[in-house]
Amino acid sequence: MNIAWYIVLSSLLFATGAVGILIRRSPMVILLCLELMLNAGNLALIAFSRMVGNQEGQVFALVVMVVAACEVVVGLGLIVAIFRRKLPMNVDELRELRG
Amino acid sequence: MEAVLFFMAAIGALGGAIGVVAMRNPFYSVLALIVHLFALAVLFLLLTSAFLAAAQVVVYAGAVMVLYIFVVAYVGGGGESAWEPIPGQRFFAPLLGIALFVELSIAVLSSALLALDTKGPEVGAGFGDPASIGLLLLEKFLVPFEVSSILLLLAAVGAIVLANRDRTGGTPSGHSAPEARPEGVPPVR
Repeated sequence: MNIAWYIVLSSLLFATGAVGILIRRSPMVILLCLELMLNAGNLALIAFSRMVGNQEGQVFALVVMVVAACEVVVGLGLIVAIFRRKLPMNVDELRELRG
Repeated sequence: MEAVLFFMAAIGALGGAIGVVAMRNPFYSVLALIVHLFALAVLFLLLTSAFLAAAQVVVYAGAVMVLYIFVVAYVGGGGESAWEPIPGQRFFAPLLGIALFVELSIAVLSSALLALDTKGPEVGAGFGDPASIGLLLLEKFLVPFEVSSILLLLAAVGAIVLANRDRTGGTPSGHSAPEARPEGVPPVR
């Protein structure tokens, strides 16, 4: 398959994740949609690394995986903290920080 | 054969992604994300990056998703309220998503990257296998590798601090915890 197919699929997955972030309210599902977007970026990185025949893009994708894991850990910690303080699990109601 | 595998994996990845967005119950969203990640691992294998495919399955589908499932089981699912602060949000968001997809596709496909319409150059059997990625990580990219390990450590410590319950004795950093509030009463907003 040509590299262009992978890139188009990656942008489709990225758009799906973006739609999920826009329409969902639960912070947990928003984190999942963030994962979708990060993985779409990873797919594009690996496709481009294959396109130029250079493995350094794969190392970049590995670093993106590490950052995604950190983001998951901190996000889930926040969700547990929200749950323990009995705040609503809804990003539209958790809006104290909104400017 | 490769095309069949690509389209099967693409359908799996796309179906998983739509499942994450569309499922009401967060638990099913997590399961759909696991399907998505396995399909992406197949795509990584098709792009001859064996190490990343293995890391995807082990780290994501194995470890991160188990973390998600634990938290979903702890917090509980629960439906979302239908209250919309922006009217028509559910209608306009997919339109925006389609616009984003079209724009990204135009931006990439109409670029001057002539190699996009090829399969990429011929690479040897060692392309993307653990040995060559490991050599890159430990020789050329040693500093980013160590920095990302420190980042992981910081994230773990941060998650423990965030999710810690008993802060009445004062946090280790010396900040005063909000201890005057009785248990179960949400803070004043």
